[in-house]
Amino acid sequence: MKEITITTNKITNIVNGHFHAWGWEVPVYLFLGGLTAGILLISAIMAISKQKSKFTLSTEKLSLWAPIILSLGMAALFLDLKHKLYVWRFYTAFEITSPMSWGSWILLFVYPLSFFLILSTIRKAYPKLNKFTESLLLKIKLDKFYNILIDFSEKNRKKIAFTVIPFAIALGVYTGILLSAFGSRPFWNSSILGPLFLVSGLSSAVAAVILFSKEHSEKEVFTRIDLGLLIIEVIFIIFLIIGMASSSIQYKKALNLILGGPLTAPFWIFIFSFGLLLPGFFEVLELRGKKIPSAIAALLVIAGGLFLRFIIVEAGQMSGWLTY
Amino acid sequence: MKKYGMVIDTKSCVGCGACVVACKTENSVPEGLHRDWIVEEVTGKFPNLFMEIRSERCNHCSDAPCVSTCPTGASHIKEGSNIIKVDPDKCTGCQACVVSCPYNARFVMPEGYVSKCTFCDHRVEKGTDPACASVCPTHSIVFGDLNNPLSRVSRLLRSRKYKTLVPEAGTEPNVYYLL
Amino acid sequence: MAANFTRREFIKITGFGTAGAITAGSLISKSEKAPESPVEKGIKKTPTYCAMCTFKCAGWAYTKDDKPWKLTGNKDDHHSNGRLCTKGSAGWGTYTDPDRLQTPLIRTGKRGEQYFREATWDEAFEYIAKKLKKIAEDHGPECVALLTHGSDGSFFKQLLKAYGSTNIAAPSYGSCRGPREEAYILTYGEPINSPERTDMSNSKCLVLLGTHIGENTHSSQVKEFGDSISNGASIITVDPRFSVAASKSDYWLPIKPGTDMALLLAWINVLIEEEIYDKKFVKKNTTGFKELKKHISKYTPEWAYTETTIKPEIIRETARIMAKNAPATLVHPGRMVVWYGDDTQRVRAGAILNALLGNWGKKGGFFNPVKASVPNYPHLPYPKPSKTWKDAFPGKYELANLALSSGICYATVPSVDKSCSFKGWIVYGTNAMRTMPDRTKTLEAIQNLDLLVAIDILPMEITGWADVILPECSYLERYGELRVTSGKKAQIALRMPAKKPLYNSKPSWWIAKELAKKMGLEKYFPWKNIEEYLDVRLKKGGTSLEELKSKGVVTKRSETPIYFDKNEEIEFDTESGKIELYSQTLEEHGFSPIPVYKKHEEPEEGYFRLLVGRSPIHAFGRTTNNPVLSQLKNENHVWINTNIAEEWGINNGQYIKLENQDGVISNRIRVKVTERIRPDSVYMVHGFGHTSKRLRKAYLKGADDSSLITRVHTDEIMGGTGMRGNFVTFVI
Ligand SMILES: Nc1nc2c(c(=O)[nH]1)N[C@H]1C(S)=C(S)[C@@H](COP(=O)(O)OP(=O)(O)OC[C@H]3O[C@@H](n4cnc5c(=O)[nH]c(N)nc54)[C@H](O)[C@@H]3O)O[C@H]1N2
Ligand SMILES: Nc1nc2c(c(=O)[nH]1)N[C@H]1C(S)=C(S)[C@@H](COP(=O)(O)OP(=O)(O)OC[C@H]3O[C@@H](n4cnc5c(=O)[nH]c(N)nc54)[C@H](O)[C@@H]3O)O[C@H]1N2
Ligand code: SF4
Ligand code: SF4
Ligand code: SF4
Ligand code: SF4
Ligand code: SF4
Ligand SMILES: [Mo]
Repeated sequence: MKEITITTNKITNIVNGHFHAWGWEVPVYLFLGGLTAGILLISAIMAISKQKSKFTLSTEKLSLWAPIILSLGMAALFLDLKHKLYVWRFYTAFEITSPMSWGSWILLFVYPLSFFLILSTIRKAYPKLNKFTESLLLKIKLDKFYNILIDFSEKNRKKIAFTVIPFAIALGVYTGILLSAFGSRPFWNSSILGPLFLVSGLSSAVAAVILFSKEHSEKEVFTRIDLGLLIIEVIFIIFLIIGMASSSIQYKKALNLILGGPLTAPFWIFIFSFGLLLPGFFEVLELRGKKIPSAIAALLVIAGGLFLRFIIVEAGQMSGWLTY
Repeated sequence: MKKYGMVIDTKSCVGCGACVVACKTENSVPEGLHRDWIVEEVTGKFPNLFMEIRSERCNHCSDAPCVSTCPTGASHIKEGSNIIKVDPDKCTGCQACVVSCPYNARFVMPEGYVSKCTFCDHRVEKGTDPACASVCPTHSIVFGDLNNPLSRVSRLLRSRKYKTLVPEAGTEPNVYYLL
Repeated sequence: MAANFTRREFIKITGFGTAGAITAGSLISKSEKAPESPVEKGIKKTPTYCAMCTFKCAGWAYTKDDKPWKLTGNKDDHHSNGRLCTKGSAGWGTYTDPDRLQTPLIRTGKRGEQYFREATWDEAFEYIAKKLKKIAEDHGPECVALLTHGSDGSFFKQLLKAYGSTNIAAPSYGSCRGPREEAYILTYGEPINSPERTDMSNSKCLVLLGTHIGENTHSSQVKEFGDSISNGASIITVDPRFSVAASKSDYWLPIKPGTDMALLLAWINVLIEEEIYDKKFVKKNTTGFKELKKHISKYTPEWAYTETTIKPEIIRETARIMAKNAPATLVHPGRMVVWYGDDTQRVRAGAILNALLGNWGKKGGFFNPVKASVPNYPHLPYPKPSKTWKDAFPGKYELANLALSSGICYATVPSVDKSCSFKGWIVYGTNAMRTMPDRTKTLEAIQNLDLLVAIDILPMEITGWADVILPECSYLERYGELRVTSGKKAQIALRMPAKKPLYNSKPSWWIAKELAKKMGLEKYFPWKNIEEYLDVRLKKGGTSLEELKSKGVVTKRSETPIYFDKNEEIEFDTESGKIELYSQTLEEHGFSPIPVYKKHEEPEEGYFRLLVGRSPIHAFGRTTNNPVLSQLKNENHVWINTNIAEEWGINNGQYIKLENQDGVISNRIRVKVTERIRPDSVYMVHGFGHTSKRLRKAYLKGADDSSLITRVHTDEIMGGTGMRGNFVTFVI
């Protein structure tokens, strides 16, 4: 039994007995970042895939969501900054050892690439939007240039898709590495986190497609895909747990947060059951032709993905080498 | 290259907190924030007790995650030394460094940038001890160059049993505690 | 005899400050190198000595661009050794505290109801002067008392003496170290004084009873203690609580509270029975050893065990360690010794133990302090008062060398048998509501006053009861009385303003001088202004205001060594000229000439003894509102033993209330569940739980021990207010 007292009343970063510096903003940022990565991956892969059946949403419309959702994520990150006026400092340096630095630069490439992807389908997918932007650009005499870009994108759609894929993967993996790079936070300090967040982001994107697709065939294909992704996620999570269980005491302590510790219920109920098993189960039933609204599974998956980020961000901050 | 370190004697430290106040005044640390703090660690059962008292602060780690995780280079190693500092004009307040410090030594200033112990480099430059070291009534805090075998810190580490805090964290801390 | 008699009178008049110190002569040449000119521009350093507590450490007040910055110790100073403590380093907080008193206030409502109106200094002086004149006419000036502690009270002492009263009391006597000083005067003819004449730095064995140095952060004491740790001295700490000092000790004796006398007597017993005391020293320098030997034989370690719960073998073992290291063994005389009522006798038992170890005037024991001589500013002889507070206590406290604040308090409540009933109090720099136990008595007294003037810097509880509140400026905004204290060095220290007074606050010298003028006593304050007052005195003392302004502390060369050499003939200032193991004086006054053990009351079932001590971060109640220090500690905790807490189902950090044996209930206080305290006691630090709303940071933060100390065990010899005979239970 140890009595540890800080006699000079230092409470910095300690919120009811636990280290806590990052609030809701970071998990939201990580989730939306992952979702964006997923969306881009799907759009890109669909652009490349040879299969006849073209799905309106995933093949043509989806890519437009990427910059929008990514911007929301960036907004969340911005809100988290305590020295906001200096946000531009992210782009006056590239710190090779800092995932956050990598992240901010990756995003810089993701934006233009996603735009090319959008342009490659905009005429078919969003005729109204296309007309509107054209008319806007007309005012500043850029409509010609705009159409040149569109022609270019349509011609090189596949090439663009191929370049998007590595960046999309980088983005997805980055949202996990950002955390796993923190040696001082045992719960995060695992190389599985990158792949896990990538898959989870992808699965959320797939769920989004299921949710908003109007074509039964598209829904069905993506339900199959999602089922696969859910299974991979479960496996990764098991790896994560085994990894921690099989290393030093600090990691075991960290793992204990979800094995008996304060985060046990949220993790196993909301993430593992409602976020993975349950939707997986529903999807199986659907594929077996049972009549259940596919929205349920999709929504569960998305909620689960968001929750995963929250719990892991919290668990990481709660797991430390010192308790004060 | 200077490798500054602190050697703090837990045997003579009485936990008075003078080092905390001296730091707050010397460096005008804002209300409610602390660059150093006192930890009392009691083990045993009445009446067989042992107590270790530690004056803690940033360890100016040789392998400092707060520097490697900083996306802007604001958190940096001071030229020609191992002193870890933060440049307010580069700091975005993203708190990556705060989260990466195993010792919870960092905090956000009211202005929004991150701060922490500087080893009083402004005093060290003038050849004086850090404020905390120069106020300690029991002379429990010794500051100096670990690379210099003749410095008091080096000699103390040769002559006494010592430890660092959570070496497992792997940051190679440079604040030593004499046992 | 005669010399001895005058020495005692001398003590009576001038207080302990002077007694026991040999004054030193010529100005020392080498001293602190002239202070290096400001390191950076915009930075100014001004000499001062600290008033955060009353230990008077000299240091430098720094301002940066004329704004408060920091305080550091003066390297030459024998109080601080160049290092201010936690509290002293936060001194600027007293200047910046937004809750400071700003302007004189005169009461408009009933006394105690917080209705005041702002007044000009002149109005305030007018009011006070009129009342004092009336009291002098109706009852005589002796019926006005001054309660003062530290800071710059001396100017008000001058004022009161000029007015015709010598009833000047400080809580630091009756509620602090009075018994210690009396016990040592009785035994050695000399007090311990402040800073203590202890030579811990050189001790090979150090014994602490209570005396929680480290939590008690008097600078030089902590430094000396640190030295003894670093030098590997054998440290023996006797404390019901695992204090910081205990955690540094080779032996921690978790004694049952209130039984220290038994342990001390048993130690004496062992030294004598095993014949391991300093025979030569005892033979040469003491009287009454035979009587002591006879008296002590019954106080065996086995007997002491039943009282103290300290095992006999441990008592023997520790006694032998003391003997082995003698004379470099120091049984620390303590400081806050008003515990159980038999305190003078308990401390005397320690004094006797020290005598057997032969450590008086020895390296590692008690050194012989030296002191600079700085004559007073010449003034007319003060009128001779016809009576003093003691007349209120016929045949009591005759051995008390200083006035008792509690005595004055009791003597204020009118009653037929008291020939001196007080009508007026001037309270300077002491929060009497908090520092005198038995509050109901204090209030009763206050309600009987015609005049209560409080001179303070903060709206402390006492000011709420005053008729007139005079706002003094902080010590960093004023010239102060010279610091001339005894120690290893003969030093003089200066306090000069580092900033102009804020608001409408004024320095104490100004307040006293101006008030004197209003009272027609200006002739007793012949000096033009403070600089002149200080310079004249300093020049007579062989230095100058100029020199002190630049050095802060001036050290005078002293011919007299601080240790006796081997076989030097020592003349002690006692009746017998020797160390009195057996005290004739005590016998004559009807007290036991050798300490006898007396059992003290024990807690009833479900009650715990209330132990009190210090937070290293605060000075009494005076700093709990300090903007800097309150960041480190803003409430106190009640320490409860782990097992007891379990029994009561009390959790660490939980708020509870304490109820004492007389049904007084405290403010809510957080629990510290800990192994560090005996199950039969609880512990808290003094100074929290302020009830003055105007102290915005400290108001109702933590609990106030004073309110729970309703039972006072008065020291029959000198009237000290024993405070540890109080018991509390938990209100959850
Ligand atoms: N930080 C700080 N330092 C201070 C002060 C301050 O306000 N703040 N005040 C200064 C002043 S004026 C004084 S007088 C001193 C007071 O400081 P000390 O002279 O050290 O006071 P004590 O009452 O001896 O010490 C209190 C200790 O006595 C223990 N104790 C309680 N009852 C008993 C008992 O029956 N037997 C024994 N052996 N121990 C017991 C308590 O557990 C506690 O550890 O501190 C001085 N130093
Ligand atoms: N219950 C209980 N009572 C105790 C003690 C205890 O431990 N518990 N300790 C006892 C001991 S050891 C002692 S020494 C005494 C201490 O007794 P005090 O010295 O009376 O204790 P404080 O509460 O510090 O009161 C100091 C007062 O002086 C004021 N003051 C501070 N600086 C200045 C200044 O520069 N000028 C003026 N004019 N006023 C100033 C403060 O605001 C405060 O009101 O208390 C004794 N009483
Ligand atoms: S000042 Fe010295 S003794 Fe006091 S707490 Fe700090 S290190 Fe310990
Ligand atoms: S202690 Fe923390 S802040 Fe200081 S260098 Fe190490 S990691 Fe960085
Ligand atoms: S908070 Fe400032 S110093 Fe810390 S990592 Fe972010 S930018 Fe760097
Ligand atoms: S070295 Fe300076 S900054 Fe660091 S804790 Fe000590 S005083 Fe504060
Ligand atoms: S002990 Fe501390 S508070 Fe008291 S006078 Fe010295 S420095 Fe000031
Ligand atoms: Mo005291």
